[in-house]
Amino acid sequence: MFSLFKKIFTTGIVTENVKAAYDQELETFGVEIKRRIDQNFSGSLAIRQVDAGSCNGCELEIHALNNPFYDVERFGIHFVASPRHADILLVTGVVSRHMQTALLRTYDATPNPKWVIAMGDCASCGGEFGISYASCGAVSNVIPVDMTIAGCPPTPLVLLKNLLVLMEKQK
Amino acid sequence: MNWKINFLMRLDEEGIFVKSEPYNQFELWEINDKYWQRFAELAAENKFRWAAGFAEQSGEQFYVHACFETAGNYILLRTTINISKPDIPSQAPVYAAANRSERHTHDMFGITFLRHPDPRCWTRHKAWNKHEYPLRHDFPVQGNPSKITPPDTGYHFIQSHGVGVYEIPVGPVHAGIIEPGHFRFQAVGELILNLEERLCYVHKGTEKIAEGRTPQGLAKLAGRISGDTCVSHAWAACIAMEQAADIQIPRRAALIRGIFAERERVVNHLGDIGAICNDVAFTFAFMQMMRLKELWCRTNYELFGHRFLMDKIIPAGVLVDVNEAASAFLLTEIQELRAELSQIMPALDLNSSLEDRLYTAGYLSPETAAHFGTLGFVGRASGQDFDVRRDAPYAPYDSVYVKVAAENQGDIASRFWVRYKEINASLKLIEEFIEQLAKLTEGDLIADWKTPEKESFGLGIVDGWRGEIISYVRFGENNTIARFYPRDPSQLNWEALEKAVLNNIVPDFPVCNKSFNCSYSGCDL
Repeated sequence: MFSLFKKIFTTGIVTENVKAAYDQELETFGVEIKRRIDQNFSGSLAIRQVDAGSCNGCELEIHALNNPFYDVERFGIHFVASPRHADILLVTGVVSRHMQTALLRTYDATPNPKWVIAMGDCASCGGEFGISYASCGAVSNVIPVDMTIAGCPPTPLVLLKNLLVLMEKQK
Repeated sequence: MNWKINFLMRLDEEGIFVKSEPYNQFELWEINDKYWQRFAELAAENKFRWAAGFAEQSGEQFYVHACFETAGNYILLRTTINISKPDIPSQAPVYAAANRSERHTHDMFGITFLRHPDPRCWTRHKAWNKHEYPLRHDFPVQGNPSKITPPDTGYHFIQSHGVGVYEIPVGPVHAGIIEPGHFRFQAVGELILNLEERLCYVHKGTEKIAEGRTPQGLAKLAGRISGDTCVSHAWAACIAMEQAADIQIPRRAALIRGIFAERERVVNHLGDIGAICNDVAFTFAFMQMMRLKELWCRTNYELFGHRFLMDKIIPAGVLVDVNEAASAFLLTEIQELRAELSQIMPALDLNSSLEDRLYTAGYLSPETAAHFGTLGFVGRASGQDFDVRRDAPYAPYDSVYVKVAAENQGDIASRFWVRYKEINASLKLIEEFIEQLAKLTEGDLIADWKTPEKESFGLGIVDGWRGEIISYVRFGENNTIARFYPRDPSQLNWEALEKAVLNNIVPDFPVCNKSFNCSYSGCDL
């Protein structure tokens, strides 16, 4: 037990200061926002992540958001277990045809108002997999998308900065 | 070569004629299709491991392949059947490992495996019709999909009867941040009686869209078969292509590939050790491991330009160098990681709540592991003492001693500690590769590409962090890919998971699953 506490205290706090991306940055990140969150969500955003046909690369970076460097929950952003609890669907991957119905049902199960973020090149534009007999391509081919984040995969920092943009109060 | 002479004699006794041809890392054996199952029976008698199975179309014929391994020797077995009568005796009654692979081949090519124990489809849900086969040449890449692909409702799961037995369907959309797949549990009380996996929800047509690509394009695609294994999959595909094109890569490139692959192993093992602890609510370890993993990902990004080193392995070489400054940085980082782990791991070892949850849970017996041809750290924790890097070494592993951690304990704790041992072994390997890099006088990162002859093929076999990866590549005309098949270790490990969770409690499934951490994307293709 002692060694455990010793490690905790000697490690200290590694969490870094992160600010929302500014307009210029959004462009360099390859982010496109079609519709901003128009209400103040009281500093809380519930995200349901859906892998619609990803290679698992994007998932690794979403996991990283929960590591102590990014600590996404301090901003009131948390990942929820059901779409019924969610404000945002964070969709990764091309939408494989075998996942199409599942994604549509997840979308329907998410209460309004809801936002959809297509994360990564596959989800944004089809990426390396594109449209085929097995893949519907980009997420916007299946459900309406409010924000796309390019990258293969986008780094956790880019992801976090853009989530914060969505949460900013509109001037 | 005794095994070979004896085995060929045995085949001869049975009247099975073999036409054999040696290649770099394997031998190609051609037999008549009617002996397909008999060969498997004899191979099983000799304790050959069934490693991979795949087919391809060549005009009006199908080549069917099965890959076997014995003591580090690979045999690529091939037979030819006619497209007008596409059936062949199944190997699945002999080798359980061949089960899903043959079902995949059936769904994609329409080849019927006679006396296969499980006639259900596997890869096909409802995205294409029953009598359409996507990997046949007459099937267009775009297919003929309906606007909305309906859910796959007709799959016959195993049913159970009896008082108090109930069924739990889970997925495809899971509660966590993980890939999609369906699990069907039969349970009584809290005990799991049976688990059946229904995968292929993330079937993206990888094999089909590989056709017609350039070598560079294929390497990119291979890097996205499973995002956590981007280095090793790209490496396996590149080895296959380089074999086909008869290219020797520079020693420097081989060493850098080795460094990248071992870094990938360390990063994933760190993350998974943390995640296993997280699944038993031991947050201390989770946060510490995720912190260490993040530091390594950041180094990857700063030195080489990508957090997972995606697209850094390219045909005939590598894209980025590990220069002197980078080498020095990596060596310091290794020392730092060792120091951190020497503080964290003893704390985990002494933790009784962790011990309570991980020991004896998710037990996979060595017999079951062997039965399913289980690979990587999952196999090694269950007595399968095999590692491509040691037993069938490829550059740069041909110049180093690879220490393989093998245990017989078979539970989650064993898989946990095997991973830790593998981290230590990898750190040592990286140090040795860096040492060799420093001694190299030549500095080339890439060899000249030669357009391979039409029909030339290669088999890339590497040890990814999940275990042995086998990639098959055949070239068509003008430097384009005619066939690509990657066999991720998950394809075999998934079936072992079904057995490892039996008699565990349902709430322990997540940690059992995490201790395997099979890839969905790598399996579904």
